Amino acid sequence: MGSVQRPSLLPNAYCLLPHEIPMLLIKCPICGVVGDETDFHYGGEAHVRRPASDHPDRISDGEQRDYLFMRKNPRGPHHERWRCDRGCGKWFNAIRDTLTMEFLATYGIREEPPAI
Amino acid sequence: MSRYSVFSLARNALSGHRDWGEAWRSPEPKPAYDVVIVGAGGHGLATAYYLARNHGLANVAVLEKGWLGGGNTGRNTTIIRSNYLQDPSIRIYELARSLYEDLSQELDFNMMFSPRGVMMLCQTEHELRAFRRTAHANRIAGLDCRMITPAEVKRIVPIINDDKNARYPILGAYWQPRGGTARHDAVAWGYARAADARGVDIIQNCEVTGISRDGNRVTGLDTTRGHIRTRKIAVVVAGSSSLLMAMAGLRMPIESLCLQALVSEPIKPVLDCVIMANTVHGYISQSDKGELVIGGGTDPYNNYSQRGSFPSVQHTVTALVETFPIISRLRMLRMWGGVVDMTGDRSPIIGKTDVEGLYVNCGWGTGGFKSIPGSGFVFADTIANDRPHPIAEPFGLNRFLEGRFIDESVAAAVAH
Repeated sequence: MGSVQRPSLLPNAYCLLPHEIPMLLIKCPICGVVGDETDFHYGGEAHVRRPASDHPDRISDGEQRDYLFMRKNPRGPHHERWRCDRGCGKWFNAIRDTLTMEFLATYGIREEPPAI
Repeated sequence: MSRYSVFSLARNALSGHRDWGEAWRSPEPKPAYDVVIVGAGGHGLATAYYLARNHGLANVAVLEKGWLGGGNTGRNTTIIRSNYLQDPSIRIYELARSLYEDLSQELDFNMMFSPRGVMMLCQTEHELRAFRRTAHANRIAGLDCRMITPAEVKRIVPIINDDKNARYPILGAYWQPRGGTARHDAVAWGYARAADARGVDIIQNCEVTGISRDGNRVTGLDTTRGHIRTRKIAVVVAGSSSLLMAMAGLRMPIESLCLQALVSEPIKPVLDCVIMANTVHGYISQSDKGELVIGGGTDPYNNYSQRGSFPSVQHTVTALVETFPIISRLRMLRMWGGVVDMTGDRSPIIGKTDVEGLYVNCGWGTGGFKSIPGSGFVFADTIANDRPHPIAEPFGLNRFLEGRFIDESVAAAVAH
């Protein structure tokens, strides 16, 4: 999308039109509402499994570190959680490209990721 | 390398400034180096410089995917301060701040270091108490910092809104008179020129595509300009740390987020210090050109695009307009984003890794620029001696295993 020239005191100055303002547009897969990113809440990497849920009696320091701090942090498709703050209030999962900002898929919070 | 001085300026003026030599060479990569530094930002170049100056290691290459200083070194708001809460942070940031004091003389390159004072506003009772605690910690550490009253704030910053009924009134501030700003590009250029003069090869447009290992020891790197053999690799690639370390099979406790900044159109001098307003998420200073330089918090989600989203900028500017009403009609000229490494405790990672010969310096989050000289100083020592420098030691990767965090996220929730 190109910028649109506006009359201005400054030569070559321009303003962003509303549809050019860079931000994420997100569609909630549960209630179907479409909103910008301020209508949603980011919840970090999805599918991070808490070791205490699996074997609370024997958790190594390494497992606990991985759970709390180690992240995949890919450049490209990223599995992540979002909450539909101003719609249904439900959490859901999404696959978003961290380079292009494109949402490739959304799916339920308890579901396995779809193939993309 | 010819020295920059009033005499060289006069001499070159006679030839119309057409004969200035290049500031650094653009050499072809050699087949092997003693140390290869990945990333020619401020931290990487400073590391190379101190390797050469302090440790006599000049067979060093700095590889850069793009152009030197083109990442976060050229994308920050140039703030320098050292008034952190935790002792390890105070030591490394104050080492950096003190090195900035005479860096221009040492590198023969004008950093435009301007210790104009950094003022951290207290706009809630909680913030006031938190900064008093930091002030006590800093006094014990010997930093030149003090709490100031709302009247002193108004005297130093006449444009500030001191309305007692404001949503976030000014209750005082934490003042570091020797904090300030410097020219960010000049820091990269100065270190590059000085490192090059000592024999370091700075190789731009050379992307690392793989790290080769023999067992648990690094043996070299694959790059877009061929394979380079080395037994010591230092990764200093803020924003891409997870990607580079993954080439050596390591996962990192890091997420890459976008941090934005923006500048206004230039106006006459209205602000002669740096102001950080942590409660409302904004910081502001005025450049020598007259532009107001504005920054805020990171965007919330992982982002490698070097472009942020508008709501973060709006949030920052909204807060600053309430604190500085005169800026409400200023137009903003430019906005940009940089990809920063965020760690769980908002402190950097400096040191050795589980792979022999692989060193890492990353995770500076939103506070990388101010720390460049100190970071390079201790990282060079760590690489040369294959053990953490005492100031770098608390920042090792093992702290995430041991639960021994350097928690600055509580001490300064936004602006590092």
